[in-house]
Amino acid sequence: MSDQTPIRESRVSRTAATALMFLLAVYFLLPVYFLVVAATKPQGDLASTNGLAFSHFDLFANLDTLFTRSDGIFGRWALNSVLYAVLGAAVGTLISALCGYALAKFPFRGREFLFSVILGGILVPTTALALPLFLLFSATGLVNTYLAVFLPSIVSPFGVYLARIFAASAVPQEILESARLDGAGEFRTFFSVAFKLMTPSLVTIFLFQFVAIWNNFFLPMVMLQKESLFPITLGLYQWNGQTARAPLLQESVITGSLVSIVPVILVFILLQRFWRTGLAAGSLR
Amino acid sequence: MTDLATRATRGVATTEGRRRRHNGGGPRAGTIAAFVTPFFLPFVLFYLVPIGYALWQSLLVVRRTGGQYGTSYTTFGGLEQYTQVFQNTEFWGSIGRIGLFGIVQVPVMLFVALVMALLLDTPLLKLKAFFRISAFMPYAVPGVIAAIMWSYLYSPQISPVVDLLKGVGLQPDFLGPGAVLWSTANVSTWLWTGYNMLIMFSALQSIPQELYEAAKLDGASNWAIAWRIKVPIIAPSVVLTTVFSIIGTLQLYAEPAVLRQISSNISSTFTPNMLAYTVASGNNYQQAAAISVVIAVITFVLSFGFMRLTSKRAGL
Repeated sequence: MSDQTPIRESRVSRTAATALMFLLAVYFLLPVYFLVVAATKPQGDLASTNGLAFSHFDLFANLDTLFTRSDGIFGRWALNSVLYAVLGAAVGTLISALCGYALAKFPFRGREFLFSVILGGILVPTTALALPLFLLFSATGLVNTYLAVFLPSIVSPFGVYLARIFAASAVPQEILESARLDGAGEFRTFFSVAFKLMTPSLVTIFLFQFVAIWNNFFLPMVMLQKESLFPITLGLYQWNGQTARAPLLQESVITGSLVSIVPVILVFILLQRFWRTGLAAGSLR
Repeated sequence: MTDLATRATRGVATTEGRRRRHNGGGPRAGTIAAFVTPFFLPFVLFYLVPIGYALWQSLLVVRRTGGQYGTSYTTFGGLEQYTQVFQNTEFWGSIGRIGLFGIVQVPVMLFVALVMALLLDTPLLKLKAFFRISAFMPYAVPGVIAAIMWSYLYSPQISPVVDLLKGVGLQPDFLGPGAVLWSTANVSTWLWTGYNMLIMFSALQSIPQELYEAAKLDGASNWAIAWRIKVPIIAPSVVLTTVFSIIGTLQLYAEPAVLRQISSNISSTFTPNMLAYTVASGNNYQQAAAISVVIAVITFVLSFGFMRLTSKRAGL
């Protein structure tokens, strides 16, 4: 592009663009940097030292306090979050894939209607669903159980939407035809042929759903009273509300927040190429 | 939504035509059902049934026989709950707040996201991967955690930002009555700008380069190429991010709920969802259901209306 613009102008815009992007990067990184610094400090240093500079390095003591507090309830919350998010996203991805694949590859009556209903589901605010779900679940005795959070989490209309797009573009009709000619049933064809072709896109769906469940807060808050069933978000929210009465909790809230975001950020950096293709597909068609 | 739907299926249509000629009809209905039901059954149970149940509940009222201490019974009340919702000043307060929030926060966030995406798409920048990842990173942070992080950055006792601003003679009060809505908006902006930027950036990357070559031959400046060619082409993704942002704004709960823990300037009815939860905690489920239905309808009308409006105007 620069070959047609005068060199000086391009240098000015280059500097301006870089400066702007650096400012924005500082904005995006600052809270996380602050969290990292704060997680290494003893409680007493939080208010008395500069928030952006390291003081006494107490990270390991803080982690120890975090995981031993209230009989190790934080470890339990972390485990719950992993359970809700990994299992929920795995089941959710599988059922989205089956449905999206059928919507893309099988001609049947009412298919477009079905798809429109599912797409309509994307527009329904999930927080508006939580309260009526609570009423239904309390009538069936599901409130305050793992299932109360797990079951609604497996449904992802957006996952079906993505799966349909991916199946349409990644699975050539010819391959399905030849599998059928070889006498493979539809399920066999799906699991042995289509599933493999769709794998990169299924990772995308899994990732998005994993993050959505990991980040969910309103649903567990409505459904759960038992602390032992809480995910990390709800647990830390509750601790954060107690810091006014128990200021020593502050350091654990900070260290716990760091513990809860680092694994997810790492997964995202490692799996970049998957979610990037996912975003592209989701936005364009 | 139908536009999205047809656009999504357009690619499928041709292969299907071929297929039908080939082997006439597809798998048996039972097989199709076996593929669709594992998703559709939970979808019905945890999406459609609660919507129906909320609608039903919202039409009921609880009445008492014989004064305050009489026995209560539930009966059909028609639109009574809705009349109450619309007469509730706290409801209108929460809608007004969220409306103001959305009118300011959504355009600001999407404009910043668009500028970032356009800059990342030019050869002007180096360190692109770094900029991209730093902006997207907040997406991995739960709303509750983001609000906790920012609440420490807002808190006068701990925040290095407050210290810095005091150093240059300012007296910031991020949790004051006039500022707290914008402090909440900042948390949302921080969380979602990078996500929206990446959706737009991905769309930009799939534009064929030849288009720019042609424009340059016609003497178009980089500026003109960006605003006249790139932006119109990626308009569908800008619409998509706007719709998701509208839905997100109307659902706002976690961020203000966390900031409420340190600021007395956020009431328990600050956003429509907080109002619904507060009403439900007071055991008035029918009223809470009516509020939920109203929130869902507003969301639906706004997102659908916006999609319609923009697709007509831009011929998308």
